[in-house]
Amino acid sequence: MTATTATPIQARVRRGTALTRALGSALPVCALLLLLLAALAVTDAGFYEPDRFLAFVRRAAPLLLLAAGQYLVIVSGHFDLSVGAVVTTGVVAAAEIYHTYPGAHWLVVTVVLVAAGALVGLVNGLVTTGLGVPSFITTLGMMLILEGGVFYWTGGSPTGYLPDEFRAVGRQDAFGWLPWAVVVCAAVGAGVWWLMRSSWGRTLMATGDSERAAELSGVATGRVRTVAFVLSGAAAALAAVLVGGYSGVSAQAGSGMEFEAITAVVLGGVLLGGGRGSVLGAMAGAFALTALFTLLNLRGVSGALEPTVQGVIVIAAVALGAANFSRPRRRSPAPPAPPPAAPADRGPTQPSTGGPTP
Amino acid sequence: MLLMQDMTKSFLGIRVLHSVSLDLAPGEVHAVVGENGAGKSTLMKLLSGEHTPDGGRIEIDGTPVAFDHPAQAQAAGVGIIHQELALLPDRTVAENVFLGREPTRRGLVDRAAMARRTTELLAELHAEGIAPDTPVRELSVARQQTVEVAKALAADVRVLIMDEPTAALAEHEVATLFDLVRRLTERGLGILYVSHRMREIFALSQRVTVLKDGRLVTCLRTAETDVDAVVRAMVGRELSAYYPPRAAPGALGGPVLTVSGGGNDRLAGIELTVRAGEVLGVAGLQGSGRSALARAVFGADPFTRGRMTLAGREVRPRRPREAIRAGIALVGEDRKAEGLTLRQSVRDNTLLVTRAVGVGERAGATTVARLLERVRLAGGGGAGQEVRYLSGGNQQKVVIAKWLAARPRVLLFDEPTRGVDVGAKAAIHTLVRELAAEGLAVLLISSELPELIGMSDRVLVLADGRPAGELPAGPSEEEIMRLATSGADRAGAA
Amino acid sequence: MTAASPSPALPAAAAPAAARWRRGLSDPAVGIWLAALGVTLLGWAVVAVRGGEFLTQPNITGILQNCVALGLIALGQTMVILTGSLDLSVAYLASLGTLVAAETMAGSDGNMVTAVVAVLALCAGVGLANGLIVTRLKVNAFIATLGVALILRGWIEDNYTGPAGDVSRSFQRLGYDRIGPVPVSVFLLVGVALALWFVLRRTRLGHHMYATGGDEHAARLSGVRTERTVVIAHVLCALCVGIAALFLAARFGAGSPWAGTEARYDLESIAAVVLGGTLLAGGRGGVVGTLGGVTVLAVLDSVFNQLAVDPFFKNVLRGVVIIAAVAVYARGRRSAGRNR
Repeated sequence: MTATTATPIQARVRRGTALTRALGSALPVCALLLLLLAALAVTDAGFYEPDRFLAFVRRAAPLLLLAAGQYLVIVSGHFDLSVGAVVTTGVVAAAEIYHTYPGAHWLVVTVVLVAAGALVGLVNGLVTTGLGVPSFITTLGMMLILEGGVFYWTGGSPTGYLPDEFRAVGRQDAFGWLPWAVVVCAAVGAGVWWLMRSSWGRTLMATGDSERAAELSGVATGRVRTVAFVLSGAAAALAAVLVGGYSGVSAQAGSGMEFEAITAVVLGGVLLGGGRGSVLGAMAGAFALTALFTLLNLRGVSGALEPTVQGVIVIAAVALGAANFSRPRRRSPAPPAPPPAAPADRGPTQPSTGGPTP
Repeated sequence: MLLMQDMTKSFLGIRVLHSVSLDLAPGEVHAVVGENGAGKSTLMKLLSGEHTPDGGRIEIDGTPVAFDHPAQAQAAGVGIIHQELALLPDRTVAENVFLGREPTRRGLVDRAAMARRTTELLAELHAEGIAPDTPVRELSVARQQTVEVAKALAADVRVLIMDEPTAALAEHEVATLFDLVRRLTERGLGILYVSHRMREIFALSQRVTVLKDGRLVTCLRTAETDVDAVVRAMVGRELSAYYPPRAAPGALGGPVLTVSGGGNDRLAGIELTVRAGEVLGVAGLQGSGRSALARAVFGADPFTRGRMTLAGREVRPRRPREAIRAGIALVGEDRKAEGLTLRQSVRDNTLLVTRAVGVGERAGATTVARLLERVRLAGGGGAGQEVRYLSGGNQQKVVIAKWLAARPRVLLFDEPTRGVDVGAKAAIHTLVRELAAEGLAVLLISSELPELIGMSDRVLVLADGRPAGELPAGPSEEEIMRLATSGADRAGAA
Repeated sequence: MTAASPSPALPAAAAPAAARWRRGLSDPAVGIWLAALGVTLLGWAVVAVRGGEFLTQPNITGILQNCVALGLIALGQTMVILTGSLDLSVAYLASLGTLVAAETMAGSDGNMVTAVVAVLALCAGVGLANGLIVTRLKVNAFIATLGVALILRGWIEDNYTGPAGDVSRSFQRLGYDRIGPVPVSVFLLVGVALALWFVLRRTRLGHHMYATGGDEHAARLSGVRTERTVVIAHVLCALCVGIAALFLAARFGAGSPWAGTEARYDLESIAAVVLGGTLLAGGRGGVVGTLGGVTVLAVLDSVFNQLAVDPFFKNVLRGVVIIAAVAVYARGRRSAGRNR
């Protein structure tokens, strides 16, 4: 049969090795991260002294965890706006548990928190996939519920304290030099990376890319996505343990972190709307965001102006990403078709909006 | 009237058009043909203002023009009807027809005038049955296309580009479209008609321009040439046989799939049997329940009545997952929206079903390589490539590979060669026949009658959601159409 | 050819009146107003059982008053959401608006016009920036407006630590005067709503907004200047926020850095819009539904207050209500999809 030669694939230019492809969408954020780390070194010669650098890493750790969890949800085509509230709730709940059971073992408390976080994620997932509520609304509602619940419970000022053994994960080092926070982040990062290479991860990615196609290929899209929400909730609860350990009890512990996490993930080259991006990129994005805050601090930018600079840089970074890597985005109606692309190949499945399809 | 000269265009440094020229006279239908990737759609998009040319010039009535937004092309009198219709399903017919050029009175949209003029335009197109205030989503595909044409007329276009206008139409609707095209040319419009289908080109056009690999091959007077010559120019070689031989009658095995008394809200009284090694063709008009039948067997819109057996065992799939587990696969009609996850690699698409359902082949590189070879994925693109960069034909092969990975016993094909170029089409036909010969039961739905006739061992004709009759191998188009239209007065499509 | 020639033989023309009825009833805007009515009745009943009275004049005034700020912002949000975009910067913009208004007025009636112009100009500028970042730089609206929100937040936190400026006496009447039980500010809300309704229904801009939100590619191919439409939607939204800021300033008598953020107008406005049946993805919905959504939230608030529900628990209930309402819509849309 010679007919096959009539339609050669001419897309050779787009090809690269597996490595560059894997890094592909994360490449800009890695460059940004290196740039920021270099700027930190220039600004403050002492920054890379082990103690200070490790403190920096410890501060970054919770956001890294949130980014890893948020990544799973975003790549499946949804949002999780409830993670900040989960962090707050987790910290406050831990304090309340110790208030009631002063002798509780830290591991038990941690496990209880993570399980509760997973439960929140389960509710998010079931409401979103089962009832067809856009996740933006589901998780927004969950955020209101959790925040209201925390205040209702504590009357606005959480009582109790966290014992040192519980705070060890957020503050102490393993083997005397490696922060436990790093160990946790590395483990979670590796876990998510491995998950994304598993069958479940591939079907999750496919679901985010095209729900209909995935459904018709036998993917249990609701179930797959619900698991992503569960993992995001669990990651947020784990982040709560780190936050509680690092900075103690506060009713504002996690406020605003959901947006930071989403920013980090998008900064990491993950497509809002789903179907593309790597967890390494997302975590690098979180790291870059923390590096940026630190740099601003060191540069003596008033703490009040910090958000302004953050806003500018986030917009700039995402805009540059949009310009350089010509990923089809919802605001680019006619992405430059790759060379041989059959004309009909214009991406018809651009995510329809800032929110995933309802 | 229209002249395009030496048009060139590159994407990311790759030249996809090499100084192509083309002209069009008032009242003329000028066909543009070529395999996928030949550059015909790019050429059309330069004319419709979706892309800006790198070089060349466009003249309309002797005046040079340059477009960088579709609005400018429309203002200059160039309209385009896309293969995927560009209509807003939630808006009314009138709002769609006048989108972008709403009539205004004292600065405000004149809704009454809009409705009135829409009614007039539809009447000119002999489509009085479409009410201007109906949301477009409530119309059949054929009627939606009529709305698109009305939209072009409302824009007062003089050059109309029709990109594969019959791709979504059933056979009898094509006739309606032909009438429409003739009526438009009588009004003095020039039409650029992009199509893969030779019959349409020879029925409609005065001239045919053939493109290959971004270059102009030739421009022929349709009356002075024939199908073979055009196909030869397109593919640069002869295509010997169009369809592979059918199965020998003795080669068929026992029944694999049977449905008796199958029905749901769109189907009733479905009776069918497909034997191992057999290709059962399913014919019918648009809306006759062809796709509904495939989706019912596949569990996407399951049967609510009747019995279905697979290899002698009763099955009752209520969702695709269950059907896949039972050994049923569906190569659906909408490849991009339903068959593929476009941003994922060829490898991940190939393994999607296996991974999701846990049946069939092991997920691994060797499996992928073997399957891709099996479906003869052309070219050296590699399995890591994202499928959206493949041509339509290769995309379809990936879909088929995906289903072969699940080792199905029944393969349902719904319009498997729609939007696929001639070469890939022949390859898919051969593959379908080979799979049948290996003992699979194949159900083939197509609105292209020659394909259906050439490929099927038997043809089941549906009308109005019910079986209208069954024909043995090699029926004539007339026989099929007679059955298909037997109960079609209520089939919903005008 | 006149309009009066529908051919009766063809099915699509059959019983258009019935089809129109069906469409009307499944319109979420109708549902949300019925829900508003239901919630009011329920509130009345529950409060009555407890021996209180719900529909008192101060209570009605309170409910209406509560509607105004959120209502204005939600109306603006409706414009951008319909167009397929989103605006998360409204809360900080509202705060900044009150500050600019109060500082420009500095207690003097003579500066009133200048202040109004200054606030609206500021808002138009921010809306323009939002729109241009989304369309020109092609940044996802979520990130773009979040970034702008952060920029505004930094500006506010850097320059203000507490209430600032002084709103002139006569301008404060916008916040407090009423005619019968109806606060004058409600007329402002109704006026803006009517204007926007008119824009959506009767202008080309409105049609193009629906088209852009429904399918941007299709709209562009039809010759709609989609980018321009998105930019204008963002400007309209920001102007609504400006008007809300003026109202809030009149209410507080001074500019407040927390005017917009404390009430979480960013997320609340989106919730109200979606509650009103507008599709978060754009292209479907409208002003009427949004007003209904705002009313439901305000009435609920008032009922909770009457019943002395813990304010934090109120948040919990509110979250549940929003999720439940949207779940009901999603259900309706699904079954409609099946019948198609």
